Amino acid sequence: MDQSNDLSTLRMVGISKRFPGVLANDNIDFEVKAGQVHGILGENGAGKTTLMKILYGLHQPDSGEIFLNGKKVEIHSPKAAGDLGIGMVHQHFMLIENLTALENVVLGLPTKHPPLLDLEPARNRFNELTKEYDLHLTPSSPVWSLPVGDQQWLEILKLLFRNAKLLILDEPTAVLAPKQAKQLLSTVRRFAQEGRAIIFISHKLEEMKEVVDCVTVLRDGHVVGTVDPKEVQSAQLAQMMVGRDVFLDRRERAPYKDKKEVLVIEHLDCLNDRKLPALRKIDLTVKSGEIVGVAGVDGNGQRELAECITGLRQFTGGTIHINQKPVDGVINDTTLLGYIPEDRHKTGLVLKFTVEENLILKTFEELPYTKRGIIQWHEIRQKADALIKEYDIRTPNSMVPVNHLSGGNQQKVVVARELSNKPALLISSQPTRGLDLGAVESVHNFLLKERNRGAAVLFISTELSEVLTLSDRIIVMFNGEIMGDLNAEKVDVNLIGELMLGHREGLEATP
Amino acid sequence: MDLNSINDFLAAAIRMAAPLMLVGIGGVFTERSGIFNIGMEGTMLIGCMVSVYVSLVTGNLWLATLAAMLVGSLIGLIHAFLTVTRRADQIVTGAAINLFALGITNLLNSQLYAGFEYRPRVTMYPIVAPEVLQELPFIGPILFAQPVIVYLAFLLPVLATWILYKTSWGLNIRAVGDHPHAVATAGLSVNKLKYQGVIISGMFAGLGGAALVLADLGLFATGMTAGRGFAVLAALVVGKWNPVLVAAACILFGAADAFQLRAQTAQFAIPYQLFVMLPYLLTIAALAGLVGRTVGPKTVGKPYDPESI
Ligand SMILES: Nc1ncnc2c1ncn2[C@@H]1O[C@H](COP(=O)(O)OP(=O)(O)OP(=O)(O)O)[C@@H](O)[C@H]1O
Ligand SMILES: [Mg+2]
Repeated sequence: MDQSNDLSTLRMVGISKRFPGVLANDNIDFEVKAGQVHGILGENGAGKTTLMKILYGLHQPDSGEIFLNGKKVEIHSPKAAGDLGIGMVHQHFMLIENLTALENVVLGLPTKHPPLLDLEPARNRFNELTKEYDLHLTPSSPVWSLPVGDQQWLEILKLLFRNAKLLILDEPTAVLAPKQAKQLLSTVRRFAQEGRAIIFISHKLEEMKEVVDCVTVLRDGHVVGTVDPKEVQSAQLAQMMVGRDVFLDRRERAPYKDKKEVLVIEHLDCLNDRKLPALRKIDLTVKSGEIVGVAGVDGNGQRELAECITGLRQFTGGTIHINQKPVDGVINDTTLLGYIPEDRHKTGLVLKFTVEENLILKTFEELPYTKRGIIQWHEIRQKADALIKEYDIRTPNSMVPVNHLSGGNQQKVVVARELSNKPALLISSQPTRGLDLGAVESVHNFLLKERNRGAAVLFISTELSEVLTLSDRIIVMFNGEIMGDLNAEKVDVNLIGELMLGHREGLEATP
Repeated sequence: MDLNSINDFLAAAIRMAAPLMLVGIGGVFTERSGIFNIGMEGTMLIGCMVSVYVSLVTGNLWLATLAAMLVGSLIGLIHAFLTVTRRADQIVTGAAINLFALGITNLLNSQLYAGFEYRPRVTMYPIVAPEVLQELPFIGPILFAQPVIVYLAFLLPVLATWILYKTSWGLNIRAVGDHPHAVATAGLSVNKLKYQGVIISGMFAGLGGAALVLADLGLFATGMTAGRGFAVLAALVVGKWNPVLVAAACILFGAADAFQLRAQTAQFAIPYQLFVMLPYLLTIAALAGLVGRTVGPKTVGKPYDPESI
């Protein structure tokens, strides 16, 4: 191994970075060592990604210095970072969908015989690495055809290919199923054993405990402290992160009295994007004042179910009724249906629009936001400010483009918009994905409040623990079918686990 | 139509397709890099004038060609500066180039031939194939009695395909129009790639202008490109940003052009204007999905903001 290329310590000293209206990083000191996994924990918008982008040369700090092995370095560009042995997996995929996996990996790398692309040696290296790390990737498959889990591995493979000595992983497990996340965590440990330094960002405390050697907690752009997560309680970590106690256990709730059927699905069949059956003869009823949790491994029809109910996907058989009205197209009535989609970037938000424009997206044509065909910005701004306050959206004001908000606050914009008109039925798909603990707690609170108001809530999540804490009833989906419909108050976690894998045997034993 | 005129038509079709193909190849690179260059029409027109001027002054055909390419590149550089560095609206900038080109060529048109009693034809690209081949029945005039630039125009799509798919730079260009942020995080300069793409399109638009004059007419006339640069934009859509397919679309459009000219003189039941419309009708058909999905580079037309990563 090239000695000059080795990295033993990396130190960031006094890093500050200001964006219009926010101090994203406030005099941050931070250090990683080779052979260590260093976690970063912090609320949405705490400045984690900003700090990492500075380290990777994508942003320049307003002040502060970076030292590599004790020597001061300037990182002006990702190329400079790459030359220093720093690699980064970004919070959002940096893959070109129309290129193959291999082309994505070699992009930007020097080749043996310039200007030729010369993919053959790279293909061999690709296959060696996938074998060594037990990844199931084919070099020639186009990226658009890969499931998200594989896309995440491809991102990691990019770093291995460059033989990065410092790996920055910005929420790499956010989009992974539990099993895939497990494999990723053990691979991260392996990287550390190989003598690499790893910075690991995640909102999940269990992952932190499992994988990191120490964790630095950020809040509002500054360092709260650095601790060994195995030596402190989860509650204490949460307290450091959010600045108050966080309650994520199952909550007491009174049964809702005036129950009536809001969502009625009968014999629903539909196809997925690849034209294969995604749902098979689904029957499901959701009543007012109840939260029905949908458990299951990602990709077993949950997304298609949500899309059918909201009218975004055509179904091939069966019927769906919401408050006795049949669903036969996209539903515009915001008092009938609220929908928190799984992918906030693609379907939840118009990223270039401002916060207020996104908040009013579905109702701007109505009074009082439009009068005689003219948009009433004053009314809209008032409404937006009220929602920002009610839902605790952290933004300098309502007029910033929503893509300048941190991931968690973007999600709150979607939640606020969808709940603001008090829908009879609420479909929420992975509403807490990528959110910090405090934000997860508030989304849970909002959903529970909707239930208590009398809304029917369908809550889809691949995170079993939150399905357990939030639901009144739990259905488990496997391969496009509902495997079981269980009362959440007295449910057997192991049974759900079996059902998620498609084993029905346990069900007969417990009537 | 007798055999002779069919023969004549096919030869003209190929000759007239050549300028379109040259401009089309440049178009592939600029749009793949994520920048529209509707200014190719005007750049081509300026290329026509520059090549005539340099040819009149120096008498050298190749210098004339080079000069057209150089001036084209310069216009490309300006377009790149405005759209990449200043992040100006690409359509507005392109339209400005077209209007500027029209104005300046009209203005200089009378100066161009000052001192000549009549407008002389400048030297044309030579025909290089051996006479035996040129005299072959039927195919001789079509394939071999063509000016040398035509062969370049037919070779370029192959070369461009090779560059796009077999070189590192080609990979970078294919990537940058789709996802510039990913290209930036891979350690490449997004702006540099975009500049290169746009400048290449300017250079080839200039060359296309030279080819129009020096392969076909030998004269400059105001507004002589007559929408050919726009036809190329259409060919990019029909050819799905693939050099060979784009070239094929250009040949089709060239043929339509040649046919239209003949239809004007011949007594024909179909009005010749229909053939003038053909490229655009085809584009509408392509956009309506009749030739399969036509989705261009994902971020073409959108300014790239490195801060919003
Ligand atoms: N390009 C930008 N322009 C303006 N403001 C920005 C920009 N990028 C980030 N910010 C702001 O800086 C702050 C920190 O954002 P950052 O993305 O670093 O948070 P984070 O800790 O990574 O959050 P999350 O957990 O949601 O990913 C936020 O308030 C955000 O709105
Ligand atoms: Mg982040």
